[in-house]
Amino acid sequence: MPPLAQRNLFHDKVRLTVTLTGIVFSVVLIVVQLGLFLGFTTATSNLIDHSGADLWITSKNVPYVEQGVAFSERKLYQVRAVPGVADAQKIIARWTQWKRHDGGQESVQIVGINVDDAIERPWNLVEGRVEDLKSPDAVILDELYKQKLGVSHVGEVFEIGGYRARVVGFTRGIRSFTTSPYVFTSFKNAQDFVSLREDQTMFILVKVAPGADVQQVRRDLLDHVKDVDVLTTAQFSRMTTFYWMFTTGAGVAVLIAAVLGLVVGFVVVAQTIYATTMDHIREFGTLKAMGAPNSYVYKVIMKQAAISAVIGYVLGMIVSVFVVQGSQKGGAAILMPAPMAVGMFFLTLTMCVGAALVSINKVTRIDPAMVFKG
Amino acid sequence: MQSAIAVRQLTKKYEEGATGTLALRGVDLDAHAGELLMLMGPSGSGKTTLLSIMGCILTATSGSVQIAGREVVGLSEKQLPALRLEHIGFVFQGFNLFPTLTAGENVELMLDLKGISAVRAKKRAQELLEQVGLGRKYNSFPADLSGGQKQRVAIARALAGDPRIILADEPTAALDSHTGRNVMEMMSDLAHKRDRAVVIVTHDSRVLNFADRIVRIEDGAIASPEEAQVPPGLLAHNLPQAAVGLV
Repeated sequence: MPPLAQRNLFHDKVRLTVTLTGIVFSVVLIVVQLGLFLGFTTATSNLIDHSGADLWITSKNVPYVEQGVAFSERKLYQVRAVPGVADAQKIIARWTQWKRHDGGQESVQIVGINVDDAIERPWNLVEGRVEDLKSPDAVILDELYKQKLGVSHVGEVFEIGGYRARVVGFTRGIRSFTTSPYVFTSFKNAQDFVSLREDQTMFILVKVAPGADVQQVRRDLLDHVKDVDVLTTAQFSRMTTFYWMFTTGAGVAVLIAAVLGLVVGFVVVAQTIYATTMDHIREFGTLKAMGAPNSYVYKVIMKQAAISAVIGYVLGMIVSVFVVQGSQKGGAAILMPAPMAVGMFFLTLTMCVGAALVSINKVTRIDPAMVFKG
Repeated sequence: MQSAIAVRQLTKKYEEGATGTLALRGVDLDAHAGELLMLMGPSGSGKTTLLSIMGCILTATSGSVQIAGREVVGLSEKQLPALRLEHIGFVFQGFNLFPTLTAGENVELMLDLKGISAVRAKKRAQELLEQVGLGRKYNSFPADLSGGQKQRVAIARALAGDPRIILADEPTAALDSHTGRNVMEMMSDLAHKRDRAVVIVTHDSRVLNFADRIVRIEDGAIASPEEAQVPPGLLAHNLPQAAVGLV
């Protein structure tokens, strides 16, 4: 077959630029919106997903991690006595106030952990060590929030909940879905920072023994420990994500933006591909007059759409990678995991071919008189 | 002798709103191999509609159209392209070349539709362009060709399918008189030397002397029924002046 599809695309450079700009715009728009949605979704349950625990024990009816309610730490010993429990640690996650040097106050979320244990440790450390948290007033926070909290370097001293706090390290990329950054510290410090009684905790994290059935251990814990909920990490993660994404305006707004991104992206691609096909409608009419079966014409149109999709996707992904990388330094992360990048290829192809199908419908209804008009 | 195209009691109604427009009213017409037939008439008289139906591009409302003895009215949309490909070559007023393909590729495209391999198609396209005097323009794009050259490429393309019938719509309308005459000589040769049935819709009085027969259409009907079904034996390669005067 003479290279009609390729020539139709590449012959008119201006039209090609317009077509590719439309597709690239759509690809970037969809990546940004879906990436933001994914970024926000991931941020809501960051703390849970990175805990390394198999089970979370909370007070009754805690809907999400930020809404934890204190309970007696004696339950920790009851938990440790249940068969199948390899390790159990108490942690604190609660909001409190961070006082900046300039006197301003910021809300932060304290995460109090057992520094000697592998469960729920700060990850992606770029400065300092987790062990540094053993110091009485030590805290680690994410470098993203340096400016917000007025922090410039390790060693600086601030006030949290009326207690002295010294920055001993920074993490990278640990975002909070809310405006309150996570501040990691030892369990003991956290009790002071959030004014929790010494005999209380907010969560107990459980690691089950190798080979033990997580669901069985969960049922056993529910039988042996009263007045608590026992949730798998995945369950609690879903609950927290669901709360933030679907019961708050913020999450719904992000979701709507993602859906709109998809719709607008599709419309732009559809309009672009449709216009490109319509530019050549007379030629398709001639092809049909010459005796080309519809399948031959469809092949040309589909090939045009597929070539546009591949080039538009590649260019769009190049732009998207820059946008995604740029977002890592901002407050709202745009995530683009490999499955999403692969999915975007098929989405772009589907959008372009789908739009071509719309124009094919038009081509099949070509007025034959058009072919005979000069 | 069998007509290349035989049209009987052909009607075509365009449905528009509640009333509709009757574009053709009971047309009877024959076109024969070795004959150059011209269809003439004022704008809106139904010439192009008739040509479209004879070319199996448009379906008739009623009546009969036989192409090489085969009834085409009632054939499905899927059957018609194959029929066009096998029997009919088109030459258009606006040339209708593919602007993004070279002259050679335009001809190759037709050969590709016929299922001829790329290597053979290239060779055959070169031969066809040489036949129309454009052997050296194989790699030229239509934009780089004159009007006459474009029309000659269109004729080469129409011939590529080796059709028995050539349908041309105003093939000289966009050409100057000299180029138009060259194109008409080529069309005449197709009819008389290569035994094709050539049907031309035209307004161009400069080319009438190339016609073996002129059929005038007015208001969707044949205005000169006695000219519509002349047996091939009675064809004259140059019309009497009286017939020209009809137009």
